[in-house]
Amino acid sequence: MKLLLIAESREGKLLGGSYELMAFAQELGAETAMFLVGSEADLPKYDGTLYLADVADAGEYNPEAHRALILDVIDKEKPDSVVFCHSSYGWDLAPRLAYTLKAAQISEVVGVADGNMVVPVCNSKLRREVKAGTAQTVITLQNGAFGLAEDPAGTPTVEKISGGTGTVIEFSGFELAEAGGVDLAKAQVIVSAGRGIGKPENVALIEGLAKALGGEYGASRPVVDSDWVEHNRQVGTTGQTVTPKLYVACGISGAIQHLAGMKKSEFIVAVNTDKDAPIGEVADVLVVADLKQFVPVLTEKIQAL
Amino acid sequence: MKILVCIKQVPDMESKFKVDESGTWYAKTDLAWRMNEYDEYAVEQAVQLKEQCKEGDITVLCIGSDQVKETMKKSLAMGCDRGAHIKDDEASGKEPFEIAGVIAEFAKDKDFELIFTGMQSQDRGSGQVGILVGEMLGIPSVSTVVEFSYEGGTLDLKRELEGGIKACVKVSSPAVITCQLGLNTPRYPTLPNIMKAKKKELLSIDIGDLLRVEPRQETMKMYFPEKKGGGLVLEGEAADLADQLIKILKEKTGVLA
Ligand SMILES: Cc1cc2nc3c(=O)[nH]c(=O)nc-3n(C[C@H](O)[C@H](O)[C@H](O)COP(=O)(O)OP(=O)(O)OC[C@H]3O[C@@H](n4cnc5c(N)ncnc54)[C@H](O)[C@@H]3O)c2cc1C
Ligand SMILES: Nc1ncnc2c1ncn2[C@@H]1O[C@H](COP(=O)(O)O)[C@@H](O)[C@H]1O
Repeated sequence: MKLLLIAESREGKLLGGSYELMAFAQELGAETAMFLVGSEADLPKYDGTLYLADVADAGEYNPEAHRALILDVIDKEKPDSVVFCHSSYGWDLAPRLAYTLKAAQISEVVGVADGNMVVPVCNSKLRREVKAGTAQTVITLQNGAFGLAEDPAGTPTVEKISGGTGTVIEFSGFELAEAGGVDLAKAQVIVSAGRGIGKPENVALIEGLAKALGGEYGASRPVVDSDWVEHNRQVGTTGQTVTPKLYVACGISGAIQHLAGMKKSEFIVAVNTDKDAPIGEVADVLVVADLKQFVPVLTEKIQAL
Repeated sequence: MKILVCIKQVPDMESKFKVDESGTWYAKTDLAWRMNEYDEYAVEQAVQLKEQCKEGDITVLCIGSDQVKETMKKSLAMGCDRGAHIKDDEASGKEPFEIAGVIAEFAKDKDFELIFTGMQSQDRGSGQVGILVGEMLGIPSVSTVVEFSYEGGTLDLKRELEGGIKACVKVSSPAVITCQLGLNTPRYPTLPNIMKAKKKELLSIDIGDLLRVEPRQETMKMYFPEKKGGGLVLEGEAADLADQLIKILKEKTGVLA
């Protein structure tokens, strides 16, 4: 089996997901080649052929051009599958490529079982095994599902490629996340509010517990999208990644994009009314309770210590 | 301006799920149903665009059993003008290439200037349908949009990337936009609008009339992930739970020391 791995970079910097593609190939024992729109100044540690297109020519976000470049490489390498990260780059480009190749696309793969791809369903509450009906497939991998056992090493054999134009979508630059505010990365304790808090007034409960524990408060995305808490307190893929000594998730279901930002915390407590909430997968302790009742009692008892 | 919005009806994710008899999907009984969260942003954006242009005609499309009409009525009450219900009792088994094929077949001769979808569905979560529709119709598509503005056929969009960074993108209509959480604030339908929605047109089309593509993948089985164990589950009365948790935090973390 042969895989074409589509690595990623942003502003010339290689992104870590690229190594998860290699880990997936290792798990399958597959041959590989790699494709990257990026910069010669930051190449993946990889023993194999790397088809490299310069981002200055191919563009940061130009799906048309990137697809054309990948199609050229597919012609040369004839891979059985093309593998992307399930990221803002991968989930955008993969269906376009699958369409041209007339290939099945299997999204957000978390594992392989009996030759079938395993993907999550319903906020990761269930799993599904999927079998492709086409010879060639396009696959995207869930962030963090595959990891290399050892530190990556190697030097790629670089083959420079160019061409591939696209004019339909015009990319004009990045807008950075607003800086300043709280640096959750420094906090030893973080107590986060999820949609389960129900209403903005209840942010105070979460803030109160955070104070009692000598920490900061954070939030999941819906709480931030509703403007109940400012964006610089959001934990997750599109917020901050945190690794405190203690993370308390209150009324947070545990979607993969939230977990990606906090699952490496040393000790995780979840407070949730749903005993089956996916947050239970990463929690050291799951307290099955209504946070509106439980959090104030807990805060009071900690203050009294 | 003609606008198409594609919505899906999904179960509330807090439901207690069971695997159905076929072993390849979740059982559809005893579930509370609602509009796919991402699609609420799609409906709202379409309605806001119509309000901005002071003209427009919004069709909301949903593929599913008769039960999905409930959710379609919500989008009509939010401001869509008509519904196109593509009746299919087996919709949950359709893979994204088929769903996109049906939507593209419906849309192909209708000159929609904009097509809005969610970036992903909450149950299947493939994140493919919107982009595939764009490919099938031969029009550009932009995914994961968190900021939208339209002026005379030009769309200024922001795509959300990891870490809260955004990519600024310009594209001309016709185009497909896949909507990400936080794009806008979806409105709650008002009572008068709920009443008005009852009189709006709700076309019914049989799936057989629009399904022209073959599936490219198949679900072999569905199951609950193995619990990785290790985690302790505490249940009981609040004060008691708090005492237990404090004891654990003292033993296992340095936090209350
Ligand atoms: C590309 C992308 C990027 C994303 N980035 C992020 C990100 O950075 N961060 C992030 O958080 N999300 C992110 N998301 C969204 C993510 O997929 C989930 O939608 C989100 O994390 C859900 O937030 P939640 O758990 O607070 O809400 P829900 O999923 O609605 O969960 C609410 C939980 O509260 C529980 N609950 C309800 N009432 C109570 C009560 N009274 N007491 C206790 N528990 C209660 C429920 O059982 C449920 O488990 C992203 C999504 C996408 C597609
Ligand atoms: N059954 C359906 N009927 C109408 N639109 C759908 C259906 N399934 C998916 N969609 C649309 O496609 C988007 C992405 O779905 P998916 O590719 O399944 O993640 C959804 O947000 C909807 O806008």
